[in-house]
Amino acid sequence: MTTQLEMSDKGATALKEAAPSIQVQPNVSPQAMDGAQALVKRLEMEGVEYIWGLSGGAAIPIFDALVTTGTKIKLVLVRHEQGATHMADGYARATGKPGVVLVTSGPGATNTVTGIMTAHMDSVPMVVITGQTISSMLGKDAFQEADVFGLTMPVVKHSYLVKSSNDIPRIMKEAFHITRTGRPGPVVVDIPKDISSGPCTAELDPPMDLPGYNPEIETDVSSITHIAEALERSKRPVLLAGHGALIANASKELLKLAETLQAPVTSTLLGKGVFPETHPLSLGMLGMHGTAYANKAMVECDLVMSIGSRYDDRIVGQPARFCRNATRIHIDVDPAEIHKMVHVHHHCIGDARVVLDELVKHVGQLDTKEWLAHLDGYKKRFPLKYRKQGGLKMQHVLAELDELTEHKAIISTDVGQHQMWAAQFCLSDSPHTWLSSGGAGTMGYGFPAAMGAAFGCPGEQVWAVVGDGGFQMTMCELATACVHKLPVKVLVLNNHYLGMVRQWQELFFEDRKSGVDLEGNPDFAKLADCFPGAKGFTLKRPADVKKVLKRAMEYNDGPCVINAECVKEDNVYPMIPAGKALEDMILEAPRVRLEKPTGST
Amino acid sequence: MKTNDVHTISLYVANKPGVLARIAQVFSRRGFNIESLVVSPAMDGHYSRMTIAAQGNPDGLEQIIKHTSKLIDVLHCFDHSDENVVSKELALIKIGVDAGMRPEVLQLVEHFGCKVVDFTESSLIIMVTGDTDKLDALIRMLNKFRIIELVRTGRVIMVRGEEVT
Ligand SMILES: Cc1ncc(C[n+]2csc(CCOP(=O)(O)OP(=O)(O)O)c2C)c(N)n1
Ligand SMILES: [Mg+2]
Repeated sequence: MTTQLEMSDKGATALKEAAPSIQVQPNVSPQAMDGAQALVKRLEMEGVEYIWGLSGGAAIPIFDALVTTGTKIKLVLVRHEQGATHMADGYARATGKPGVVLVTSGPGATNTVTGIMTAHMDSVPMVVITGQTISSMLGKDAFQEADVFGLTMPVVKHSYLVKSSNDIPRIMKEAFHITRTGRPGPVVVDIPKDISSGPCTAELDPPMDLPGYNPEIETDVSSITHIAEALERSKRPVLLAGHGALIANASKELLKLAETLQAPVTSTLLGKGVFPETHPLSLGMLGMHGTAYANKAMVECDLVMSIGSRYDDRIVGQPARFCRNATRIHIDVDPAEIHKMVHVHHHCIGDARVVLDELVKHVGQLDTKEWLAHLDGYKKRFPLKYRKQGGLKMQHVLAELDELTEHKAIISTDVGQHQMWAAQFCLSDSPHTWLSSGGAGTMGYGFPAAMGAAFGCPGEQVWAVVGDGGFQMTMCELATACVHKLPVKVLVLNNHYLGMVRQWQELFFEDRKSGVDLEGNPDFAKLADCFPGAKGFTLKRPADVKKVLKRAMEYNDGPCVINAECVKEDNVYPMIPAGKALEDMILEAPRVRLEKPTGST
Repeated sequence: MKTNDVHTISLYVANKPGVLARIAQVFSRRGFNIESLVVSPAMDGHYSRMTIAAQGNPDGLEQIIKHTSKLIDVLHCFDHSDENVVSKELALIKIGVDAGMRPEVLQLVEHFGCKVVDFTESSLIIMVTGDTDKLDALIRMLNKFRIIELVRTGRVIMVRGEEVT
């Protein structure tokens, strides 16, 4: 054993060459493994079902181990590494299990950065394994060498550059522990090629060495009693449900709390589904393009309690004016979120499910009859609306989709106008059925994320609602979807524009269009038809919406793409211009020119 | 943490590659400048002790401390600025002096309780330890001579009494 440990790279290669057909059975002693094989074994122990990836020189030993170990883990060969990360992300959001990505060094690894950042912004569990040049070449500008550890550092929960083959089992165990516990987030493991191909004699289930990481928080019961007292005094409360509540699987507890209190619930874009949007107490989504009644409720409430949201700029507008006169409460697993955006009066650090479960024991029904009636008035006065006349509207297509799927389908969106309308019109009734890039706003996310969900949830209907701009960023994955016969339904809401940017230019830049015209768009239906097993549909007339959507729902032999030719220039309302307060919400096309927004985007 | 004073933050971290880069990034991402930084192995080689002095708006610093604490390799991160701590720095100061000026310099050295650690015909190296104010005061006094170079370690701190830093 010691001799193997001390063996040089050459020695290790010689060993492999001498025994080229090593067949590692589960009961084979660990001594016979190389680092890559130990890695695959470790992935099996973590319950990994899929790996999304694309190979290259520095990663070949790991790809090879997927064959030599005879593992049941399925490798999905993508067409671009960004797609791999979004698939892993969609899988993780839809199933709650970490997604796994495997790519090569240099450009393979840098292609994952957008996906890692997307996952990081939205607290999505993901382990990204990157091949790296051999250890002795690190820092020497070797072929396809990139400092992946350094490049990804600001967008990971944690990362590793593996320096010894024997560290692989421990590091992989730690990586999965870190990615899925506490506030989840992506973990990058960069493995030089000599390390993945060197012998690994370490135990496959070693102890972890994470003295600085203690994700288990003991909930502070005294803070819960303070929160309960504040609730008791409230006549106009609003519960604000975020992604954290969803990650903590707190939907049952949230429902119980809301019904016990008789308090209305609004959710963030990423919180959609954690509280049923069809429930009478639901106000739908709040924020920049949230419902008028949710935003008005925030303006008029006397108490707001966030459960796993980070009070981000999309929902608070102007932090200093946000719920200025209300009692503000924050429940979060991450202590760094408390007072970050909004100063709160009470907070509780802990897992949303545990905290709500405890909180509900300390509260009873509040006197909210008047408040609820008042908000119902807003729902009637300011409903989400659109006109069916004057061409095909995205809202119309989405409202029909919502009806046909009975709020049961998994809906993954891209980023832009179509995303906001989908958030408004496709009601989410259960958690893990709404996938959208919130924090990062990553165009190109929608379709591969839908594929990840389809891998993770076979039998469920999965829709990708995408714009003509964003779809073109990752549509190469149609090939991947065809290979795996994924019945993902891609709804391209085609306005021939980078619509959301065009909307800003119209509203704030005197309609000067600059770099938003997507001339040169392909015919997306025809494009689908040229992938083996994919099918294209065209939707042009409002009268055909139901028919075409139904046909797409019936096609399950592979992916299908609906090219929905929509009205080119329509704007999303309600809208709170970036940097403005919720009081400044505009409900329809303004007649006067608006000032340039002070907020960033 | 109420003012834009220099804050002294003490960290106890796992001695692993990248830990310093991660911590530095928490500061730089928010546009904060690190005034001084001292890193050394802690009692056993597994951990390191870092003392960071930084200046900036208190809310930002509070965020920085929370985010630094969140890093996987950081065991703890505390701001000890307002507390009862011993705070020390060391400086080496090289001054060019001829024989005529030497007595005055040596008088200063004695007054400040420092040491001359190198002596040549035309220069001296003075080693001074103490809190930041003392070092600043000495340097101010020495300014009338020709300071050739100056190296300061940056502060290290330790909480008084039995409590750990
Ligand atoms: C990768 C990336 N680049 C740029 C943007 C900025 N951006 C936000 S929405 C948008 C327009 C998206 O256009 P499209 O996909 O056609 O959707 P639409 O708004 O027209 O529905 C752009 C360019 C972004 N969010 N992501
Ligand atoms: Mg568009």
